[in-house]
Amino acid sequence: MSGPPDSRVTQVSGRALPLMGDDIDTDRIMPARFLKAVSFDGLEAHVFEDDRCAARDQGGRHPFDDPRYQGASVLVVGRNFGCGSSREHAPQGIARWGIRAVVGVSFAEIFFSNATSLGVACVSLTPAEASELARIVERAPETTVTVDLAARRVHAGARQWVMSMPASAREALMTGTWDATVMLTADFDEVRATASRLPYIIGF
Amino acid sequence: MGTTLLKKVWDLHTVRLLPTGQTQLLIGLHLVHEVTSPQAFDMLRLHGRGVAFPQRTWATVDHIVPTDGQSRPFRDEMAEQMTAVLERNCREFGIPLFDLSSPDHGIVHVIGPELGLTQPGMTIACGDSHTSTHGACGSIAFGIGTSQVRDVLASQSLAMDSLKVRRVDITGARGRGVYAKDVALAIIRRLGVNGGVGFAYEYGGAAVERMSMEERMTLCNMSIEGGARVGYVNPDATTCEYLRGRAFAPAGSAFDRACAWWRSMSSDADATYDDRVTLDGSSMAPMVTWGTNPGQSVTVEELVPSPEDEAPGHRQAVEEALAYMGLEPRCPIAGTRIDVAFIGSCTNGRLSDLRAAASVLKGRRVARHVRALAVPGSRRVGKAAEAEGLHEIFREAGFEWREAGCSMCLAMNPDRLNGRELCASSSNRNFKGRQGSPTGRTVLMSPAMVAAAAVAGEIVDVRTMLPEMEGA
Repeated sequence: MSGPPDSRVTQVSGRALPLMGDDIDTDRIMPARFLKAVSFDGLEAHVFEDDRCAARDQGGRHPFDDPRYQGASVLVVGRNFGCGSSREHAPQGIARWGIRAVVGVSFAEIFFSNATSLGVACVSLTPAEASELARIVERAPETTVTVDLAARRVHAGARQWVMSMPASAREALMTGTWDATVMLTADFDEVRATASRLPYIIGF
Repeated sequence: MGTTLLKKVWDLHTVRLLPTGQTQLLIGLHLVHEVTSPQAFDMLRLHGRGVAFPQRTWATVDHIVPTDGQSRPFRDEMAEQMTAVLERNCREFGIPLFDLSSPDHGIVHVIGPELGLTQPGMTIACGDSHTSTHGACGSIAFGIGTSQVRDVLASQSLAMDSLKVRRVDITGARGRGVYAKDVALAIIRRLGVNGGVGFAYEYGGAAVERMSMEERMTLCNMSIEGGARVGYVNPDATTCEYLRGRAFAPAGSAFDRACAWWRSMSSDADATYDDRVTLDGSSMAPMVTWGTNPGQSVTVEELVPSPEDEAPGHRQAVEEALAYMGLEPRCPIAGTRIDVAFIGSCTNGRLSDLRAAASVLKGRRVARHVRALAVPGSRRVGKAAEAEGLHEIFREAGFEWREAGCSMCLAMNPDRLNGRELCASSSNRNFKGRQGSPTGRTVLMSPAMVAAAAVAGEIVDVRTMLPEMEGA
């Protein structure tokens, strides 16, 4: 089954934003106070808000505030990105900020599935490759980085690497079925049939 | 060759294989709360969808509720609006809601097992990462995001990749003053905060078999802090006895049939696992975190690590964590001054947690400079504690005795840290800013250790304060 053509994600290409460091949790990506809302509107303004403030207070500049990276569509991260809370507000904020693909060493499981269900591709490189990509982007922020799901490659200028990602997520993105609701509601009789063999549903 | 509980439950709940290669997995119990659901209900409305099985869905309000008075409307207008939206959604879609007027109100992961909604052999989903808690009953329970909440509402199912199973055996008998929280932190220290990605953790071994259900809940709750979305304990006699008589558990002869089925879902003795890890429970000591993730921990007897002792790739992370925490390398973690003590949360807000803390506090006083909060995980837990007089022990010691909610675990309600306050906390995450102040500091530990720290005004080994015959 494929979704409408415009929901297919086969390639993301654009400038990148390097945000290295391991175990960056979703509390840092989207501090809890911004979850006090009944919609996801406006979350792009609060991505990494506390880290950004802390960087400013220390006279520095967080990558999300660095003018060189504005307009980036690829985020480059380290290991276990998005660990912690299941809040979809974290990938929602990142996606609404303009990120369409995240290239990293590894991802926390719930973050990964949340991002995929928004059509945001999370792909993996080795630690050395991810660091090299980050260095390239830091040196030359204008570099076009391409995440090519079809060819399983990440390109940055003259460099390219083979990426990895779970086959199911790649398939869902490439066929435009990352919004799973349509698939899951396609055959409700089968859902009912499954429920009807569960003793805790039909009664012991 | 034997089969694991995960595989048995997975196969039983498989609706079909999806074109993506994922499994469409039926979700037997869906738990909903106010923070991660409003957008999901809106998406249903947008696409003209209904809730497939409202009778398999229950809701509560926990994250944003104040704990120092729960009359409506809340002073916080957004908290009031979020609660009102949940109430409206539940009414519109026919979902039962344990609201603030209900005697069954509480934190979603406390009330599920407490009411017997959570049962062995079930699949459970909730828009909250600590859904792994329910695995204590031998269910397969996933934390999910809002889009997946929408999926479960719309189809009572999820598109899931299969999971590997890692058997985690805790051998031996735990020593005095060593609690389930310490076991959980020791596991995460050993396997890392991302060691569990792609795995379900099956906890077993003598120390786990001897754990009460509430202890198993603490253990399974922390699975996600080790990267494992799912953690579970095989159902046994302890599980069945826990569920007997609970509001939503089967009764009469159906209970006996249920028990037989529940126990049949346990992993077979000859089950094969994708990985096995064994930790010696008898050599464990009370644990405390020193850093900004739950894997950065030491026993209370140890020194804070030094970046110089770490592998080059880890040095910077240790340096950063120590700088944030304001801790010196190679100093004893014991003796670190605390400002706040928090006992509660879905990790450690149950009756046995409050009892353990109260046994330390009885006849003692909280240090003058410490602000201390005890927050039951549910209204039933609060009532049971009050029936035993625990609230009096907390109050006499100088703790505030609060009403049920997530409270200071996560900064979505008025309970929060100020500035750089350092909190000895029975919660689950010591992330930067987690407890509501962007510079606030969290040190995770068991409820008894929090009580001891509150009294001493600094991190201290609870074993020096335990009555002779008590302890775990």
